[in-house]
Amino acid sequence: MMKLSALQQSYLNRRPGSFRGAAPLDSSADGAIKSPAAVFWLVLHGLCCLISLVLGFRFSRLVFFFIFSTSVTTNTNHFMAPFRQLTTTTAADVAFNLPSNPTSGGGVGDATLNRTRVVVGRHGIRIRPWPHPDPIEVMKAHQIIERVQKEQRNQFGVKNPRTVIAVTPTYVRTFQTLHLTGVVHSLMLVPYDVVWIVVEAGGVTNETAAIISKSGVKTIHIGVDEKMPNTWEGRHKLEAKMRLRALRVVRDKKLEGIVMFADDSNMHSIELFDEIQSVNWFGAVSIGILAHSGGAEELSSFATVEKEVEEKEKKQAIPVQGPACNESSKLAGWHTFDPQPYEGNNAIFIDDRATVLPMKLEWAGFVLNSRLLWKDNEDKPHWVRDLDSMVDGDDIESPLSLLKDSSMVEPLGSCGKQVLLWWLRVEARTDSKFPAGWIIDPPLEITVPSKRTPWPDAPPELPSDNEKAVNNMEESQPIVKHTKTRSSRSKRRSKRKHEPKTVVDTKEQSEQN
Amino acid sequence: MEIRNCVFALILCHAAFVSCAVGLGRNPPTERISGSAGDVLEDDPVGRLKVFVYELPSKYNKKILQKDQRCLNHMFAAEIYMHRFLLSSPVRTLNPAEADWFYTPVYTTCDLTPNGLPLPFKSPRMMRSAIQLISSNWPYWNRTEGADHFFVVPHDFGACFHYQEEKAIERGILTMLRRATLVQTFGQRNHVCLKEGSITVPPYAPPQKMQSHLIPEKTPRAIFVYFRGLFYDVGNDPEGGYYARGARAAVWENFKDNPLFDISTEHPTTYYEDMQRAVFCLCPLGWAPWSPRLVEAVVFGCIPVIIADDIVLPFADAIPWEEIGVFVDEKDVPNLDTILTSIPPETILRKQRLLANPSMKQAMLFPQPAQPGDAFHQVLNGLARKLPHDKSIYLAPGEKVLNWTAGPVGDLKPW
Repeated sequence: MMKLSALQQSYLNRRPGSFRGAAPLDSSADGAIKSPAAVFWLVLHGLCCLISLVLGFRFSRLVFFFIFSTSVTTNTNHFMAPFRQLTTTTAADVAFNLPSNPTSGGGVGDATLNRTRVVVGRHGIRIRPWPHPDPIEVMKAHQIIERVQKEQRNQFGVKNPRTVIAVTPTYVRTFQTLHLTGVVHSLMLVPYDVVWIVVEAGGVTNETAAIISKSGVKTIHIGVDEKMPNTWEGRHKLEAKMRLRALRVVRDKKLEGIVMFADDSNMHSIELFDEIQSVNWFGAVSIGILAHSGGAEELSSFATVEKEVEEKEKKQAIPVQGPACNESSKLAGWHTFDPQPYEGNNAIFIDDRATVLPMKLEWAGFVLNSRLLWKDNEDKPHWVRDLDSMVDGDDIESPLSLLKDSSMVEPLGSCGKQVLLWWLRVEARTDSKFPAGWIIDPPLEITVPSKRTPWPDAPPELPSDNEKAVNNMEESQPIVKHTKTRSSRSKRRSKRKHEPKTVVDTKEQSEQN
Repeated sequence: MEIRNCVFALILCHAAFVSCAVGLGRNPPTERISGSAGDVLEDDPVGRLKVFVYELPSKYNKKILQKDQRCLNHMFAAEIYMHRFLLSSPVRTLNPAEADWFYTPVYTTCDLTPNGLPLPFKSPRMMRSAIQLISSNWPYWNRTEGADHFFVVPHDFGACFHYQEEKAIERGILTMLRRATLVQTFGQRNHVCLKEGSITVPPYAPPQKMQSHLIPEKTPRAIFVYFRGLFYDVGNDPEGGYYARGARAAVWENFKDNPLFDISTEHPTTYYEDMQRAVFCLCPLGWAPWSPRLVEAVVFGCIPVIIADDIVLPFADAIPWEEIGVFVDEKDVPNLDTILTSIPPETILRKQRLLANPSMKQAMLFPQPAQPGDAFHQVLNGLARKLPHDKSIYLAPGEKVLNWTAGPVGDLKPW
């Protein structure tokens, strides 16, 4: 690279010692070294070097500056004005020439050529008074970047993007906000139009409505009256029913677009939404399965499909569900989840501390053109069943049951090689209490330090406002009381060095402050 | 009569519409590049000029290359590839009587240090010896004293044959080359080492290596300004101010904590990929004003921000660099962020369209084997544009204009 060459070049320049044996340098150096004036300069320079050794700064350079300074250009800068660079190695001959040529060195060159306007030599480093980013300019830059990316999408992205119809079954529980917020953020980032159909078990609630209204996308919130059962199997069944309900809404409203199933605890990559735009009728993508175990188990090995996730060792391979292709990139089969290694250790109830397993083929891995569902649609391919023919009582495991001929499924994402979304089911205990709407009202009076409280196997009693057995209070500042004087704090600290207090004492303390 | 006119007009309109639609349907939309010489990037030089290649003994070219194969990969490799291209090109003629231009294949930039940097100390003597050879064996040099000859001198300061600017300016262009056309990478206006009528070429960058690092074009460009390289040349100029005339140091001091500027001295393996994800790529001067960064920026579609006062960019008469890149004076570096953010988005999109033009990218490269529109052909186009030669370059027999003994004494030693 240029910089390397320049680095080396100047390195070579500054170290003529290594070349003295080689070809002679410039002929101008030949005669000049032995003249007495040159010797005088050398001696003077040596003297200055000694002085600067003692004094600790570049004395010689300053001396030459004051004697020979020829500031040529008029720069307005905050550092030193430019002056001729007096190289320390060839000071003998160069010092001769330089003071007599205040402009750029070409004394020997053609007199007819114009002198270059740009000066060779040391220049100041220009720094403006406040070298920090200006927020308005940062905003403008981001707008420029957005415009450039929009243009890129227009040129290289999907032509004629279709609406994404996301179907999410959900119900109110502790982790609902966590999972649903993830889906909200994913959908907000999608660069296409989105219609979000949220189906809620147990009827429409305000909690769910509050979360989904923050997304800013068009939402359709439906309630199903059944309550979500406590077993994973029951949950799968009910979710299937809820999804079918959503599909019926798509059919009845004649929504136009691509239907995808965005389960509320899945992670979606943005490339997923770009990839599904290319679906014709019915497509399948690969899902990475993060089968989470309650304990500290390793994932056992699987025979897996080639995918973008690197496999360092066979043992750490993450199972992937999705379409499998043969050499000619045609759908040849399916990679499904094999529950066999987890036999006997899988969770039955939602709050079991065992591995939660997915179904053989998750709904989330399939996308379909909404026109497949419409009634009286002549374009509909003949290998699709009618939605009405699927009775709720049936055991519908995956949307493949919608098809009479499952070989017509289009594999997406480089024929299943790209993992575009991840499946992970984490739920809290069913009896876990969380503050409604995650708003703590009224504010807590006393907080419990987590370090000192033992974590028993039985669920701990949640602390209420007027607490009984609280032991030490290390950081026991109640949230409301912020104003403390230093002396009182240190007073308390010194008191803390004593044995653990009883509740009465601590209450006295807090009342004091 | 009228009906026939109407029908004719209708057919014309339809044809125009169809061609317009075809032009628009081409993805992605690019713009034609029109420099001050006109729309010349796609010109074909074959048939417009004839070049005679002198057969020099192999000590001037092949033997030097055999001694060090690294010359084929460094940024000065253009001289070697130009020779190979001309040997097999249709513009080559074996009859010197009908030639318009004469080429002397001497590899002056192939004497490398162990680190791979070319030493220019023997180059003047090598060039002088080659010219003495051709002037004594063929009559064509003496006919014009080299005015219809061209030489490829890709070193830092061209035919001044030195890497340090002060020394290069002192030496000036080699006396014997003062009438010839020079094909060089260095270009700075009003500088001793840039002769009137020189052809500026880009430095050599390996085309296959760049091709192998291309990423899909739909990857969104999310970096605003990108630069990787030195700001202070710690080995030779630790205080700064001398290297790059203080411009690189100014960039660092002003923008090191600015989130829009992704600048550092690292050597990432994803350098080419990162350039394709950036909107602007800085191309500041170093010890010399030119750098391969310009070629890389053009190939990867990143708008070059050129910080080098008075620089002359490659093929300046064929490529309208003002419309493609952004020029920032060295004194305006502290305001670089204001300058870049105040460019209207439409201008930025237009520059990207110009950069996306495949003939633009092709003109910056030296592919092997040569392809139409590449840098070799642009050099030939440039030479063709200088034809026909003015009658005044032909000298009377025995007339001499150049002083063959001028220059430093060391140059006169035979090589």
